[in-house]
Amino acid sequence: MAHLAPTPVIEPGQDRTMILNMGPQHPSTHGVLRVILEIDGENIVRIMPDIGYLHTGIEKTCEAKFYQQVVPLTDRIDYLCPMTNNLCYVLAVEKLLGLEIPPKAQWLRVLLNELTRINSHLVWLGTHALDIGAMTVFLYCFREREEILKIFEIVSGQRMMTSYFRIGGIALEPPLGFFDRVRDFAGYFPEKVDEYENLLTGNPIWGMRTKGVAIITAEDAIALSASGPTLRGSGVDIDLRRDMPYSSYEKFQFRVPIATEGDVFARYMCRVQELRESIGIVRQALDGMPEGPIKADAPKVVLPDREKMKTQMEALIYHFKIITEGFAVPAGEVYQAVESPRGEMGYYIVSDGTAKPYRVHMRAACLANLQTLPTMCEGRLLADVVAAIGSIDIVLGEIDR
Amino acid sequence: MALSPAITDLEELKSHPAVACLTAWNPAAVQGVKFDRDEMTIYLDSAHLREACVILRDDRECAFNFLSDVTCVDWTPAEPRFEVVYHLLSISKKERVRLKVRLGSANPVVESVTSVWPGANFFECEVFDLFGIRFSGHPYLRRIQMPEDWEGHPLRKDYPVEGYR
Repeated sequence: MAHLAPTPVIEPGQDRTMILNMGPQHPSTHGVLRVILEIDGENIVRIMPDIGYLHTGIEKTCEAKFYQQVVPLTDRIDYLCPMTNNLCYVLAVEKLLGLEIPPKAQWLRVLLNELTRINSHLVWLGTHALDIGAMTVFLYCFREREEILKIFEIVSGQRMMTSYFRIGGIALEPPLGFFDRVRDFAGYFPEKVDEYENLLTGNPIWGMRTKGVAIITAEDAIALSASGPTLRGSGVDIDLRRDMPYSSYEKFQFRVPIATEGDVFARYMCRVQELRESIGIVRQALDGMPEGPIKADAPKVVLPDREKMKTQMEALIYHFKIITEGFAVPAGEVYQAVESPRGEMGYYIVSDGTAKPYRVHMRAACLANLQTLPTMCEGRLLADVVAAIGSIDIVLGEIDR
Repeated sequence: MALSPAITDLEELKSHPAVACLTAWNPAAVQGVKFDRDEMTIYLDSAHLREACVILRDDRECAFNFLSDVTCVDWTPAEPRFEVVYHLLSISKKERVRLKVRLGSANPVVESVTSVWPGANFFECEVFDLFGIRFSGHPYLRRIQMPEDWEGHPLRKDYPVEGYR
């Protein structure tokens, strides 16, 4: 495995090669990624990603907040999949507390998570295609993404930083018309995926830019801790939704798309197929949505309804206590992982028995996936770096935290 | 779903494949075990960590071939102060296990697992950067999140949330 060892410091001075800085301000690095390249003409000799430009210390901030105050912070980690981060965090705290979540809340979480996955994949597809030169796809993808953001706004009041999930359930009952709007979207969306595929899948230019480019084998991908479509594009059959189900995913029927080539095109195919599978899960969630409460029966953890608060003394006291003192979580530790659009998103939370988490650690899928970049690119052409970065779908906010 | 108390008795947990495999290899390496909230934790002697990872990765019954995560917890002022935490996943068995190594505050060093999983590279750099744990044998340990000339290790508990002013 010596060939996977990270590149030491790249220093200038060799005869034939030159050092090229790509980023941190570069449109196709999807944020503030800096890539240091040693190139020999057009060929890449060595490549080293340099991160940390967006480090905000979220893990440290979490330690100073009550458990419920951490939820909005989790949105800010990854601006493309706030709901996935919300879900992962609340699942971890619920596991620490030993809370049982009512079925309706679990199904709504699944529904919104799959919409989030579609949202994230649409932005990925649009920008990835734009990087490689297919301008039109970007406009098409953002057209559908806009509808998803409107759905998020209906349900949570926010387009991007939703903070809709709560420890013990979800914040509010979805408003009237929400399910109809989602059903409309689920109705016409598969045709739109056909549209994207018409533009790209059979397109010879797209094929030349992506097929056989930035290949990574299954062994290398596993050794480098890659996950999500980056791993499945190399033929490793794992999806945490199916293999280690959480939030009632075991009740849904879906296929896990796999491709074996391990190139940019394989990862593209995995994600595009996932769009179709996700909309299938959304439909199943709409059809089988259970009735019942949306919050767990745990008055010391879950905020009471406004109406109860204004009519019952006890509810008012609980509300006051939760807001001012938080709630104590039994000492212990959990690691909860969910399948985010980018791979294995994990929250490791340590509790010391007080109302503030002792330690919150986010296992960022992109951080691990980014390590595959040297293996993918070394020995290839400079232009392929852009395709490779696009194909691993990075969000720098999540990498740097 | 009430919480059941954690099991910490090694005898009771012998049947778990990871524990069985490690105790068969070297009983002295296993310092303790904990089974809590359906999650298995094994405390290892820091000198044996890397070899234990190789055993767990290559053993047929365990097959923990995927390193999910490496992180650290600072328990100051307790001694040993640091706990370096490794989360392993078996892709074929769909199982997880957590390995922990305790390190004192005087000279926190543990052997790097980059030779077992090259993917540990960024994770270990991050732990070095934010906690000041050194990983011996790491090919290029550097500050990865903070600027290179930063002073202190921000995720240590004695580092103020607002930073030093």
